[in-house]
Amino acid sequence: MTKSISPRKSELLSAKPRINAGRKPTPFHPRQVEKCETNDWTLWAGYSVPNSYHSVELEYFSIRNGATLYDISPMCKYRIKGPDAERFMNRFVPRDVKKIKPGRVAYAIWCNDEGHILDDGTIFRFGPDDFRLCSQERQYAWLMDSALGFNVEILDETDDIAALQFQGPTTFAILEAMGIKGVETLKPFDHKNFPFAGTELMVSRTGFTGDLGYELWIEPGKALELWDALMAAGADRTISPIGSLALDMARIEAGFIQPTVDFLHAEHVVRHTRGRSPFELGLDWQVDFGKGHFTGRRALLKEKEGNSSRYCFVGLEIEGNKPAHNALVYHKQKKEIGHITSAVWSPTMKNNLAMALLQRPFGVDIQEDLWVEIYVDKELKWDRVMAKAKIVDRPFFNPPRKRLTPPARF
Amino acid sequence: MTTRYDTIVIGAGHNGLTCAAYLAKAGKKVLVLEAKDRIGGMAITEPTEDGVLIPTCAHLLYQLHPDVIRDLNLNLKMAASSLPTIALGSDGRHLKILGETLTAMNGADLSSKDQENYTQVMRDLKKFARVLGALLGQKPPRLKNRDWEDTKTLLKLGLSIRMMGRKSMQEFLRIALLNIADQLEDHLENDLLMGVTAMEAVWGTHLAPRSPGSVLSLMYRLAGSMEGTQGAIGIPAGGMGKVSEALEQAATRAGATIRTNAPVKSLLVENDTVIGVELESGEKLLANSVASSADPQRTFLSLLGAEHLDAGFTRRLNKIRNRGDAAKVNLVLDGLPEFNGLSQQDLAAKLVIAPSINYIEKAFNHAKYGEFSEHPALEITLPTVVDPASSRSNKHVLSIVAQYAPYQLKAGWSEEQRADLGEAVIRTLEAYAPNIRKQIVSQQVLTPSDLEQLFNVTGGHWHHLEIQVDQLLMMRPLHGTAQYETPIGGLFLCGAGAHPGGNVTGAPGMNAAQRILSRKG
Repeated sequence: MTKSISPRKSELLSAKPRINAGRKPTPFHPRQVEKCETNDWTLWAGYSVPNSYHSVELEYFSIRNGATLYDISPMCKYRIKGPDAERFMNRFVPRDVKKIKPGRVAYAIWCNDEGHILDDGTIFRFGPDDFRLCSQERQYAWLMDSALGFNVEILDETDDIAALQFQGPTTFAILEAMGIKGVETLKPFDHKNFPFAGTELMVSRTGFTGDLGYELWIEPGKALELWDALMAAGADRTISPIGSLALDMARIEAGFIQPTVDFLHAEHVVRHTRGRSPFELGLDWQVDFGKGHFTGRRALLKEKEGNSSRYCFVGLEIEGNKPAHNALVYHKQKKEIGHITSAVWSPTMKNNLAMALLQRPFGVDIQEDLWVEIYVDKELKWDRVMAKAKIVDRPFFNPPRKRLTPPARF
Repeated sequence: MTTRYDTIVIGAGHNGLTCAAYLAKAGKKVLVLEAKDRIGGMAITEPTEDGVLIPTCAHLLYQLHPDVIRDLNLNLKMAASSLPTIALGSDGRHLKILGETLTAMNGADLSSKDQENYTQVMRDLKKFARVLGALLGQKPPRLKNRDWEDTKTLLKLGLSIRMMGRKSMQEFLRIALLNIADQLEDHLENDLLMGVTAMEAVWGTHLAPRSPGSVLSLMYRLAGSMEGTQGAIGIPAGGMGKVSEALEQAATRAGATIRTNAPVKSLLVENDTVIGVELESGEKLLANSVASSADPQRTFLSLLGAEHLDAGFTRRLNKIRNRGDAAKVNLVLDGLPEFNGLSQQDLAAKLVIAPSINYIEKAFNHAKYGEFSEHPALEITLPTVVDPASSRSNKHVLSIVAQYAPYQLKAGWSEEQRADLGEAVIRTLEAYAPNIRKQIVSQQVLTPSDLEQLFNVTGGHWHHLEIQVDQLLMMRPLHGTAQYETPIGGLFLCGAGAHPGGNVTGAPGMNAAQRILSRKG
């Protein structure tokens, strides 16, 4: 009997293309698995990232006292190129993109037609006609809708770039020790490419912790090499990977807002009143009415001229040491005027910090006599604490080392 | 750049001209800019070498708003103002329809029950159409702007629906969004009668009789009137071009300036307000307002530019349904055509080949999948018979609307596809007029793609965009542009893309002018 040349049934089955369902590993996953003692993972835009590695508190203190690695590979990254790229970007975001020079990064929000915020992120400018937009949530559909009538090419580069947020006072010294020459010239919000492991490493002096730090961008194939080089160079400078929980503490200290926490994507909400304008989130400085049209401009101008903003976003310092998670805010302990969106007991500042959304005129014309109702669980007995709160400027934590160029070698 | 106009009107189609005439009559300084070398848009009559006048695109008049005729004192004579419709049967047994009266020709089947029910169905539809008709000559009311005039319009609309009586109101609300096939099959049994009536509902649309909303499009069609007769159809003496010429005269008489061969390249914007236009020639013209009768996509995306609009708005704009599905075929014949079972006298009519609802549905099936119909439904007029003055020889014209021929043909429109479409039309005709092929002296086949090119209408749709419930009234052309205004100051819409829509009505132009005049400051 001759050997059959047709494949057997089991072979046919195994030849079926596999559909990758479930969470994807990031390029740093092998190292993360090694280090992640808590085995506490969370979902970010389709990827698994650690919530913590060993101890949230220790990871937090590494941010403020050493150097930390936080995997931001899941960050959505979109390349916008073409002759109309600048015009496109200027129509996309309320701030003036013309003022962002090549080699610079800028924080930006963007709105829908009603002037309600869709997401925030960073714009990297590489050249006159070349940008990258990074955001926490997926934005491809909105970018493509916005591209109608513009000669631009929009590419989703999310999976093509591995990235680490490298934050903490000793980060500069570690990069120097790694042999990244010239990194000392980077000013806050600068970005620059450096040779590394036979490829290009893009370093931007940006981050989400309010501390000295960088974000490192590299091709996925070199991700583990980058991780290993950082860990080796940082061995003497208390380097540690951190998870999302520790980062969240630092970002509240830095006073940064976060989508899905402090505001919701205006096109994802079911109740149309849940959209928030930049004026309602303390982002007035993002809106440049003088630069020409952008999506949401007419609605925002109407809101500004009609003084019709409904909310006011404030930073609070609260008495006591119980973090005011999900708490309601009162005026004169009686009238409910808003709620806390993010709260943390700040280990560095030894202060009870929060960010809150208040109904105007509270927070604008009326700033005194504010109270926060905090519920405290004492072994399944709930206590209610009315704590006095004071409006303070953000960022709460703003050390000079964050801005110093060249940075100090801690 | 010394002159500053009160209003620059883009496009010298009938709506642009109507708008200009109203504005000029109110003492405004008005300039009309037309890209082509002649005025009239889709309502034109063109002479051929054979000595006949051809209605290149539009060939029937049935909705020119009576206010437009009266206010602008239009000098318009009709060659016929009440043409009968003849539904052609392939066996030579036809049905003639005039108003609600049916006549069976050559012994065609027609039960007395159908006679009676047809009259009732059409009376109801016309009654309901009158409710809509009241809205044609004014700005569509918005629901949320707390404007007293709008509230009044809405109250009147509600009241007029209620005043029809409880039974009629219920019936109106029941059938308003129904498909015409269901409605007809509930009451009639004659295929030929149902075919021709259903086709009335879907001319010029991307709908077939079983498409939802086709009752509403029929009501819309019946909302107009000719010389006081609701739903009547006619042909102007000298052809459809005479409507445009009369409007041109009215506009010029009132002091408006009309420039042809003056294509607009872009709108000039300053401080988020449109302040004029730049022509292809580079010439810049300033105005306090610009009224565009170009279709909405052309107006917003090509002339204004997406950078002046919000992304959500341009997303919606990109999705409006504006793809034409009707072709125009004009045949010049060496003499009078001979249709089975029709006398020479009968040719002064609108002839319809749509012998059953299923015939139309089958024709539409092709269009759903990006092909033109193998056996299209045809609307035929003989302008040279109705108006003998439009032929200087013994030659005659068959002016034909053929459905369906989708704008986006899967194979792409080419010389060959166009010829095949012409062949499908002639083949269809041959079943009713066997000798027609030999009589053809010359032919013109215009696909929606050709109409787009010829008349600068994106999608080649004769209503600019579908007349459907989601693109009507305050939602026409789309959310964000109600009442002839646009998201940007100084720019208005005055074409078929605005309420109440297409056909030669003049209503969008008239309403837009009134809107511009009522503006404060």
